[in-house]
Amino acid sequence: MAKKTPRIAVYKFASCDGCQLSILDLEDELLEVGQRFDIAYFMEVTKAVKKGPYDVGLVEGSITTPHDVELIKTIRKECKKLVTIGACATAGGIQALRNWASVEEFSKYVYAKPEYIQTLEKSSPISEYVQVDLELKGCPVNKYQLLEVLSALIAGRKPNLPTYSVCMECKMKGNVCVAVAKGIPCLGPVVQAGCGALCPSYARGCYGCFGPMESPNVKSIAKKFIELGMDKKDVILKFRGFTGWSKEFREVNGLIEG
Amino acid sequence: MKGKVKAVKVDYLARVEGEGSLYIKVKGSEVLDVKFKIFEAPRFFEAFLRGRKYHEVPDITARICGICPVAYQMSSVHALEDAFGVKVDGPLRELRRFFYCGEWIESHALHAFLLHAPDFLGYDDAIKMAKRYPDVVKKALTVKKIGNDIMARLGGREIHPVSVCVGGFYKVPTKRQMEAMKEDLKKGMDLSVELLKWVADLKFPDFEQEYEFVSLRHPNEYPFNEGRIVSNKGLDIAISEYEDNFVEEHVPYTNALHSYIKGRGSYMVGPLARINLNYDKLWDLTKDTLKSIGFKVPCNNPFKSIIARCAEITYSFEEALRIVDEYREPSAPMVDYEVKAGKGCGCTEAPRGSLYHRYEVAADGAILSAKIVPPTSQNQKRIEDDLRAMAPSVMKLPHDKAVWRFEQAIRNYDPCLSCATHFLRLEIERS
Repeated sequence: MAKKTPRIAVYKFASCDGCQLSILDLEDELLEVGQRFDIAYFMEVTKAVKKGPYDVGLVEGSITTPHDVELIKTIRKECKKLVTIGACATAGGIQALRNWASVEEFSKYVYAKPEYIQTLEKSSPISEYVQVDLELKGCPVNKYQLLEVLSALIAGRKPNLPTYSVCMECKMKGNVCVAVAKGIPCLGPVVQAGCGALCPSYARGCYGCFGPMESPNVKSIAKKFIELGMDKKDVILKFRGFTGWSKEFREVNGLIEG
Repeated sequence: MKGKVKAVKVDYLARVEGEGSLYIKVKGSEVLDVKFKIFEAPRFFEAFLRGRKYHEVPDITARICGICPVAYQMSSVHALEDAFGVKVDGPLRELRRFFYCGEWIESHALHAFLLHAPDFLGYDDAIKMAKRYPDVVKKALTVKKIGNDIMARLGGREIHPVSVCVGGFYKVPTKRQMEAMKEDLKKGMDLSVELLKWVADLKFPDFEQEYEFVSLRHPNEYPFNEGRIVSNKGLDIAISEYEDNFVEEHVPYTNALHSYIKGRGSYMVGPLARINLNYDKLWDLTKDTLKSIGFKVPCNNPFKSIIARCAEITYSFEEALRIVDEYREPSAPMVDYEVKAGKGCGCTEAPRGSLYHRYEVAADGAILSAKIVPPTSQNQKRIEDDLRAMAPSVMKLPHDKAVWRFEQAIRNYDPCLSCATHFLRLEIERS
C-alpha cells in the first residue's frame, strides 16, 4: 500500500453524519488527506465516483433496514480493509434504543402512516453482518484518532489507540474526580478513553460516547451508582445510551438484578 | 404509457447529508411528476425520547444531526425551560447566542464552500476546486475552523458538544477565555467579508419564485433562539401557536414528513428567509458588505441563498465579537429551577432554518411525549415546487447540465437528510 496512493471509500448508514463530518473538520489536514489518499467514493464530499475495489472502506452508521443488510455485504466485498467509525457503526448507536422496544409501536408513534416505513426490528453494528478489520469508537469519533487510523493505514502499521478508561484521561488532565468529590454518577471507569475526559472536565459525569473499554467492570460501577442514590431504573438508563447496545453495556440489567 | 418513453438514470447526488432521490417526469414542457424523496432510515427519536429523563434530552437530540447539534440542543432546552417556567437571561443567554454563532459559522462555511460552491464552478468537489481556487478554499477552511473552535471552547468538542443543559451550561468560560478568542474572531470576520464578496461574483441562474419566507423575528436582534414566527405573507404567531398553523403530512414516497402552512401551502425556511425577514437586524459590516455587492432584499432567487449564508457568517462574527466584548462571567453556570410536570415548546434558528420542538414532561422529569420538526422537512415541499417550476426550461438543457442544475437547486436549501445512507438516486424520465 505504501507506494500506490491508497483508494479510500466512505459509506454511511443510519447515523447523524457526525463521524464523516469529522473528516471535514480536519480543516488543517483536509487538503493533504485529499492528496495522500485517492478519495474514490465519498458522497458527502464529492460527486466523483470511482469504481471499487478500494483499499480502505470507512463505514459510518448502523444497519437498520433490509436494504442496508444487502449493501454492507457488497461493501465488504469491494473493500480490502473495512473500518467502522463511530458509536452507530460499532455499537448500533442511539437508534438501538429500539432494540428494547417494539419497532412497530415506535413506527406508529412517529409516523401517521407506518405502512410507508421499511425498517428492521433492531439497529445493529456493522460487525453483526460482516467481518470488520478495525472499530474506531466514539459518538462522534475523535477526529485526531481518525487521522491516526488513516496515517497508520498509509504506513502499514497498527494504529495507536488507547484501550484504557476515561479515568486515565481525567487523571492526566488533573481533573478532580466528579464521582468521588461530588457524588456525580460517572461512567468514566468503564468507558474507553478517546474524548479527552470531556464530560468530567465540564463538571458532569461521563455518559459513555466511546463505549466500553477493554474488560470493563460494569457490575461494580452499577453497584456504585446505586450506592450514590440512583434507582435501578436510572442506572439502566445511564448505560442505555449512545453505546447501550454494545455487548458489555447491554448486560447491565442482569447484573443489577442478579 | 403510450409512445416512446425516454428514461434516464443518473447515479447519486453527492454533497448532501443523508439519502434521498429525485424523480422528475416531463412530457414536452409539461411537468408530469416531481418527487424529492428522503429515504433516511427512520431512527425514531421522538419515540425513544419517551421515558428518558429531561436532562438527557439535549445530549440525545444533538445526535439527530452532527452538523447542527447546537440547534437541536437549543430547541430542546428552550422547550424544556418553557415546560418548567424557567427564564435564562443575562450572560447565560448571551453565551447561548455565542454558541449559535459558532454553529452558524462552521455549518455555513461547510455548506457554502465545501458542498455548494463547486456547483457554481463545475467541480465535483471542493478538493478539486482547491487546485484552481486554493485561496478561497483555504480561507473557507480557516473560517470553518474558527467556528468549530467556538463550539469546542464552549462545549468541549465541535460535534455533539457536552456543555449545554436546561437552565444554562454545565460550565461557562471565564472572561479571559472569551477574550482569548478575539484575535481569531477578528481574523475570521475579515476573511468572511472577502468570501462574501467572492460568492457574490458567482454566476446565478436566472430563476425567481414568489416565496412565503418563514423565520423567527425578535424585536432587538437577528434571530437565533427566541422571537415570534413570522412570514412575508402576514404570518405573525407565538412559538406556542406553531402547531395550530403548520401541518405535517406523511406522503408515501418519503420518510420525512412534508410541512405546509395551513390553508396556504409550501414555504421556505433558512438563511434566505431569515435575511429577507430580518435584514434590518444585521450589524453594520454585514449590511455594508451586502450593499457593496448589490444584494437587496427581498431576494427571491433561491440560488442566491449562498450569499445569504455567507452574510450570516459575517454577521455571526460581528455578533460573537460583540458578545466577547460585553461578556461578564455569570454568578452560576445555570439558573435554579424546579422540575415539574408540564408541556413546553421551543423554536430556534438552525443553520438550515427554524427547528421546532415540543415536549410533555412528567413530575419526575421523564419525557412523556416529544415532537420535533426539522428545517429540511419544512423545506421539502418547497424544494419540490422549485424543481417543478424550473423543470420545463431546465429539461431543455443537455442531460448532464439538467441534472447538475436540479442538484444545485436542491443544494440551495442545504438539505440535511441526516440519518440514513449515502446516495441520492436521480431519475429523469422524458416522454
